[in-house]
Amino acid sequence: MDIHEYQAKDLLRRFQVATPAGQVARDAQEARAITEGFGGRSVVKAQIHAGGRGKGGGVKFAKSPDEAAELFGRMLGMTLVTRQTGPEGRRVNTVYLAAPVDIARELYLSLLVDRGAGRVIFLASAEGGVEIEEVAAHSPEKIVKVTVDPVLGLAGYQVRELAAALGLRGEALRQAGGFLRNLYRLFLEQDCSMIEINPLVVTAQGELTALDAKIAFDDNALFRHPEIQAFRDGAEEAPAETEAASFGLNFIKLDGSIGCMVNGAGLAMATMDIIQLHGASPANFLDVGGGASEEAVKNAFRIILQDPGVKAVLVNIFGGIMRCDIVAKGIVNASRDIGVTVPVVVRLEGTNVEEGKRILAESGLAILVGADLEDAARKVVAAIH
Amino acid sequence: MSILVDSNTRLIVQGITGREGLYHAKGCRDYGTHVVGGVTPGKGGQEIEGFPVFDSVREARARTGANATMIFVPPPAAADAIVEAMACGIELVVCITEGVPILDMVKVKCALAEYPGTRLVGPNCPGVISPGQAKVGIMPGRIHLPGHVGIISRSGTLAYEAVGQLTALGIGQSSCVGIGGDPINGTSFVDALRLFQADPATHAIVMVGEIGGGAEEEAAAFIQASVTKPVVAFIAGQSAPAGRRMGHAGAIISGGKGTAAAKMEALAAAGITVVASPADMGKAMAGLLAGRA
Repeated sequence: MDIHEYQAKDLLRRFQVATPAGQVARDAQEARAITEGFGGRSVVKAQIHAGGRGKGGGVKFAKSPDEAAELFGRMLGMTLVTRQTGPEGRRVNTVYLAAPVDIARELYLSLLVDRGAGRVIFLASAEGGVEIEEVAAHSPEKIVKVTVDPVLGLAGYQVRELAAALGLRGEALRQAGGFLRNLYRLFLEQDCSMIEINPLVVTAQGELTALDAKIAFDDNALFRHPEIQAFRDGAEEAPAETEAASFGLNFIKLDGSIGCMVNGAGLAMATMDIIQLHGASPANFLDVGGGASEEAVKNAFRIILQDPGVKAVLVNIFGGIMRCDIVAKGIVNASRDIGVTVPVVVRLEGTNVEEGKRILAESGLAILVGADLEDAARKVVAAIH
Repeated sequence: MSILVDSNTRLIVQGITGREGLYHAKGCRDYGTHVVGGVTPGKGGQEIEGFPVFDSVREARARTGANATMIFVPPPAAADAIVEAMACGIELVVCITEGVPILDMVKVKCALAEYPGTRLVGPNCPGVISPGQAKVGIMPGRIHLPGHVGIISRSGTLAYEAVGQLTALGIGQSSCVGIGGDPINGTSFVDALRLFQADPATHAIVMVGEIGGGAEEEAAAFIQASVTKPVVAFIAGQSAPAGRRMGHAGAIISGGKGTAAAKMEALAAAGITVVASPADMGKAMAGLLAGRA
């Protein structure tokens, strides 16, 4: 789960990680007052769950309280397009004002779980304020990786290693230990999946501070963090995906014309792949889960068909321990109730498969039966041509 | 022969009094696995569907001689269940539970190093089956056929797809291992490949990977260096968008890393037969076996 910058910075403050003062403004009047409180200048920042805000016009410097009020008015409600939002952009519903900082150096710092090592790692680079992927591509030697032992925690020598990689001296170097250890504590205690501070800044006064902050959380651990769940912003999520999740369906919208309904995540991806190999494009990823009950199938059909770009649907159920006759009945009832108008190709595998196929064939509905994965893919692609 | 599970497996089920746990305990027993009991703290002393229930793994092991466990404990306590099984000397721990927090797995992985006698498979996996001998998992037993092809997969239903294709062609399997769809798991592709390479009953291997992480690339390097048996590989997620988690917690292309294309390239470069279509796994294996016959 992703959260906004202003929420991330609240968390940083709670864990004693230095970050510039800041506050969300509800209206232009408040934007003016907050800026006055910062000494008459502020940084006005659009809050969306996507990077590249600066280049997209979502981060502006206000040299006076009036300018802050004006920038606030322009930013709130605007559609911000960045390289991460896609061409449709995101509506800005929240605007954050931060105290300006005199920047001496911009650095990069992040924490994440290294899958291979099975441990939390720090990545640090003296090249901050640019995308880390770019640094990794042209000069990987400038990124230093430190792997944390879960028992020892972040060791003193590792703090020194990271501080050296960041080129910290003087006051910033003295602050590094607390800053890094508190970040690590935040990562563990809040079950983060990623913390990215880009840029981490050394100010003209020589202090270390998190100018920006992006924090993501492990969805599997949200059950033990009700206060983090409260950070969820439904407006940042695709409505169909939120709706699907409420029915226990795993759904991701894509741009193609063939809707997919599959049990199991791996098979769902493989079904998308075989559609693409046959020259068409999947309209979605959808895992109906192990049960594939009539109710789940019905909801899945409804969500898939909300997309006007869907010209045909491929249902691929490897029944396993489910009985195919029951799945088939579910598909027939769901198609009748929903009034499915596009061609539907069904591939069923599992117990009582012959009975399942008979139910589909005798339903009187325009349901085509795929003999196997290959046959089903060929039939559904043919159906849209 | 086979790997991980066979007719000597004596299985307990942690979380046996839950709906899923009991259902699959019966499923494994029906397949022929020696299911010797189950564990649910606080419910010891009962008997459920003929299975004795114990309060702890230690007690269950002492009373039944169990050497394997299958875990259905819900996510908040799943890591604890894994660690309990390890600490009690259970040799094979199969964690079916989906949704274990990743930082819990960081700790489990660290603790696992202290118990070299324990192998963990999963979490978020369908389990392990050695057709005709034993099933420790939730997979449909009847699609399998005893034989000599080993299967390793991150995905459950996609493993069933591979098995279904092989069985339809009359090609049997030695063992099928679902290693799970989470970013941190107990048994990696390399671990399972090492076991299959050492198993005389396994003549060839099907490896089913997916986007995210670098486990397939590590497997490619390992196969090139240490596996002499023919391998067919498929990677799911060739059409998946970057930056989105495709159902499995571990199936995500992040920062340009973990793409299907990169994995397929690494596997092909290691001399592995990589199929682009998931429908071709069985056919490709049949071709390899015919070539060697």
